[in-house]
Amino acid sequence: MSSSTDWPLWEVFVRSRRGLSHTHAGSLHAPDAEMALRNARDLYTRRSEGVSIWVIPSTAITASSPDEKDSFFEPAGDKPYRHPTFYEIPDGVKHL
Amino acid sequence: MAAVTAHQTTQKTLGTANAAGGAGSTAAAGETDAAAADHLAAFDAAVAADERIEPRDWMPDAYRATLIRQMAQHAHSEIIGMQPEANWITRAPSLRRKAILMAKVQDEAGHGLYLYSAAETLGTSREELLDKLHAGRQRYSSIFNYPTLTWADVGAIGWLVDGAAITNQVPLCRCSYGPYARAMVRICKEESFHQRQGYELLLALSRGTEAQHAMAQDAVNRWWWPSLMMFGPPDDASSHSEQSMAWKIKRHSNDELRRRFVDICVPQAEALGLELPDPDIRWNEELGGHDFGAIDWSEFQEVLKGNGPCNEQRITQRRRAHEEGAWVRDAAAAYAAKHAPAQTSPRTPASASASAPTSASAQHVEETA
Repeated sequence: MSSSTDWPLWEVFVRSRRGLSHTHAGSLHAPDAEMALRNARDLYTRRSEGVSIWVIPSTAITASSPDEKDSFFEPAGDKPYRHPTFYEIPDGVKHL
Repeated sequence: MAAVTAHQTTQKTLGTANAAGGAGSTAAAGETDAAAADHLAAFDAAVAADERIEPRDWMPDAYRATLIRQMAQHAHSEIIGMQPEANWITRAPSLRRKAILMAKVQDEAGHGLYLYSAAETLGTSREELLDKLHAGRQRYSSIFNYPTLTWADVGAIGWLVDGAAITNQVPLCRCSYGPYARAMVRICKEESFHQRQGYELLLALSRGTEAQHAMAQDAVNRWWWPSLMMFGPPDDASSHSEQSMAWKIKRHSNDELRRRFVDICVPQAEALGLELPDPDIRWNEELGGHDFGAIDWSEFQEVLKGNGPCNEQRITQRRRAHEEGAWVRDAAAAYAAKHAPAQTSPRTPASASASAPTSASAQHVEETA
């Protein structure tokens, strides 16, 4: 019987105002996407916290593994020259 | 709250999607002692450095079990807590008060949902948590086993019960477990309205007729001591405190928070023109805080055992609400199943208002959340 099983889990992303990107707000259960949107509105925007909501089935998200944290992000670790502060510029040079 | 991450941990990393507390032990079973020691060292270092533990991180089984117990109890308290105040929605004295009370009770439902979601990141399920509540295997706060006898009780609950909850919850915003801490930030923002509406309600009664003033005083008399008990047993009798402090789930001891609450309430009661029902409250210059009378812990233990005024009523009502809502859940599930082909894809036209989020952007949000 359906009531003996949890509805699927959805991740909720809310755009708090125009010009900002959607940010993860939390998750909720709902039987389908339309109900997930309605539930998200009731749960995460009761005080006008959003102007747009995305809901995504939690199972559709692929995430990196925390166990690989070091090796996965390692390529960026030895490239400080990607930051502007890597370069020495003489005092007094402006707009650079 | 990223419940997805716990789900995927159990699926991918550990090869099992079993219930509460399972993930840590299955991980340890398949590992060498050295790897387990590395994991524990990384966990301890993260806690020591005040970093947050996130759902997919390795964590000790006991840490996971403690969090599930605490978060489940917290979530249950939010939804059981809807009952005593909901009793007064139809009898609110004005449309203004009625709208406020409905919004507050709706908030409590929302708080329960934030916390259930956060608890689910630890590998338990909503269904399992509700089953345990209904079977009496997980608790909710004893405070909700007291009745709301008059309209003034709605004010006393807002001021004292929500006030005590806020005092407890503000430090939880810095709890070591990320999803719990984030849920608490959201909850604390909303609790402030709860407390202020209660205080305002009591103030109106206190400044009203003699009978209204007496009603407000009576409510405060009845809710004061149970509110102090909300902080839990005294430090020397609290079984979970020490380990929870070490894990930075808790940041302050029960007695410390209780004293802080008394210090906050004394001047607030004066401003209300109401008395706190404790003749032993007095300023202690040396401690820089208030002394107060001894708490009757036998009453606390009795309510905890199920012998409070409303234990039976609360859990019966909760079970009934769940059972009577079954047809709604069934209907929604049947509708979803019928329309499944059009709605299971995350890239239906319905989401065309914005570019459909790719898994890459979702990951990005996950990392920065």
